[in-house]
Amino acid sequence: MIDSQFTPEAAGAIPGPDWLARRRVAAAEQVAVATMPSVEEELWRYTPIGQLDLGRYQLASDAGAQSPTSVPGHCAIADTSNGRLCGVELSPEAADQGVEVRPLGDGDAELAASVDVDLFAVMNAAFSVEPVLVRVPPGVSVEGPIVVRHWIDAEGAAVFPRLIVDAGADSSVEVLELYGSADVAAFVSPVVEIRVASAARVGYLAMQDLGPKVWHIGSQVSHIGSQAHMRASTAALGGGYARMRLDTHLSGRGATGDLISLYFGDGDQTLDFRTFQDHAAPDTTSSLLFKGAVDDSSRSVYTGLIRVRPDARGTNAYQTNRNIKLSEDAWAESVPNLEIENNEVHCSHASAVGPIDGEQLFYLESRGVPTETAERLIVTGFFDEVLDQFPVLEAVPAVRDRLQSKIEGFSHHHAIERSGSGA
Amino acid sequence: MNKPRSDLAMSESISELIVESLHVRVGGQMVLNGVDLRVASGEVHAVMGPNGSGKSTLAYAIMGRPSYEVTAGSITLNGADLVDLSPWERAHAGLFSTQQYPTEVPGVGLEIMLEEAVAATGGDRSAVEAQVAAEAELVGFDPDLLYRSLNVDLSGGEMKRSEAVQLGVLRPRIAILDELDSGLDVDALAAVSHRIELATHQDNLGVLAITHFSRLLTVLHADVVHILIDGVIRETGGPELAAQLEDTGYDPWVDDRSVAPVEIHLGGDPWP
Repeated sequence: MIDSQFTPEAAGAIPGPDWLARRRVAAAEQVAVATMPSVEEELWRYTPIGQLDLGRYQLASDAGAQSPTSVPGHCAIADTSNGRLCGVELSPEAADQGVEVRPLGDGDAELAASVDVDLFAVMNAAFSVEPVLVRVPPGVSVEGPIVVRHWIDAEGAAVFPRLIVDAGADSSVEVLELYGSADVAAFVSPVVEIRVASAARVGYLAMQDLGPKVWHIGSQVSHIGSQAHMRASTAALGGGYARMRLDTHLSGRGATGDLISLYFGDGDQTLDFRTFQDHAAPDTTSSLLFKGAVDDSSRSVYTGLIRVRPDARGTNAYQTNRNIKLSEDAWAESVPNLEIENNEVHCSHASAVGPIDGEQLFYLESRGVPTETAERLIVTGFFDEVLDQFPVLEAVPAVRDRLQSKIEGFSHHHAIERSGSGA
Repeated sequence: MNKPRSDLAMSESISELIVESLHVRVGGQMVLNGVDLRVASGEVHAVMGPNGSGKSTLAYAIMGRPSYEVTAGSITLNGADLVDLSPWERAHAGLFSTQQYPTEVPGVGLEIMLEEAVAATGGDRSAVEAQVAAEAELVGFDPDLLYRSLNVDLSGGEMKRSEAVQLGVLRPRIAILDELDSGLDVDALAAVSHRIELATHQDNLGVLAITHFSRLLTVLHADVVHILIDGVIRETGGPELAAQLEDTGYDPWVDDRSVAPVEIHLGGDPWP
């Protein structure tokens, strides 16, 4: 049973269009009879889900501060604070093109799909206070990223951000989502829906830099149409337990999906990814590259499935997950899977978990680069392959800086450990 | 023997690498069984030997590669004992080594590595860029390749040119060149060995070149040739020794009783 404050009555009390209110109540009724997932289930293996006490969190009543992170060159920016939408700016040029960035309204019922991949996605449907819609009309190319910033600073807040990206046929857009928080305990459970209509191009980047006491359990569900291209990326840097489930449906002939992500765990973080590359149409391509590092006593989980359905002849599907273990106590799990129901396909998967490469370290050291500097260069270089492929170039420096500060933290305490043990 | 070349403008700082009775174990197996060598500034020494004789082990052990365990003997540079030093400390002491197959380091460029190496010795990081450009020109290293990751997607010749650039910027006292000529075309070999020869003249660099082939000795003008068999130096002589090798192979030096040399392969992670 889910704790009592997440009731159909509470869902029904959230303001919004009638269709959305009805949908919220229906979802909350599902939640009311649901049970919490358990580590016995394959999808929740290796997680601390048993320690999640939803009774500690409630929907925040007020907006607080807004995200301090700025992104240059954006064409639109929407801010949420504690789950409340508190401002949307859209450039006049984008508005003239018919681009929409706004809360869901009366006529939008058919735009919001039902995403019920797990209990938390259903909770999002029930309790997302102000879902944000990004809509790009057919044929429109949007200049500069559309930025959605989420900030949480209410102690004990339960926040369910929802973003719907609807890219019309032959359109082109980049969307950046930023998640950040003050040092509060919170439960953040986002859902992102991305629909890429035929021949459209979408770049999506999420930078998750929540505080260490935040639970983050999210879903991203995308549908890519014929000859369309999506590149979706995540930089998972924050959170206590932070999980993303990514369901990528290559639904139209010739669709392409690139899934390029990085994560860096330290302290006692657990960073968790479940990916599903679903090839449902012929001649579709998906390339997944996830790279992560775990330091201290942090953990990471990657499990991925490539599924090629019977009709999806001519599929190319790739899945690569590489992990560096930076400390004895850190732990990384990597489980790639293939499920192929058509013979005319090219599929591959690769995964690795290991320490910093000793040969690389020796090479740099033999040139006179001290150990901790060499380690820092190697770990930074390890992530370059991912950063080089990230969409939303305007945001990459911010990701790089934040990642670098985590790497410096690692390098610094290793230096201290070495000088301590070398005495 | 082992005298500095007479044509050298003698630098006031003469360095000497002294390897004494060096015993090294790799992967549980003794590979070097008492090697003695002295390489001084300005000298070019060659170590030749058949596969598995311990040539690469000698190079790695001197540079301090982890998992190459020195069980007895000493390695000193200018009197300072190197055995307990990490590879980077040995580099700071004045050692440099090239690898037969230089390691790829994805995402790390030549220049940033050299900047960090120079900064770590208190040198001027900001001077590195110009030095790299000058050295690249000297050995014909394509400037476009400077921005690639170290040794990634480089040909054999480009990798060795890159290492010659590194040597030129770092200005070591003693360089250990492991199979410098492997995978090199004639032009690259000429460019790289010319750069090294220049360093022996201008900077008084001492060289320990490890090789299968006498062709390298010809281009580097080796002063001294050592023959390494089964982890010990069986003979030391002048360049004429290499010529003799051309005729006879290693047979005259191979002990009848010795078993066929074992190839030591360390493909995996060298960290225990």
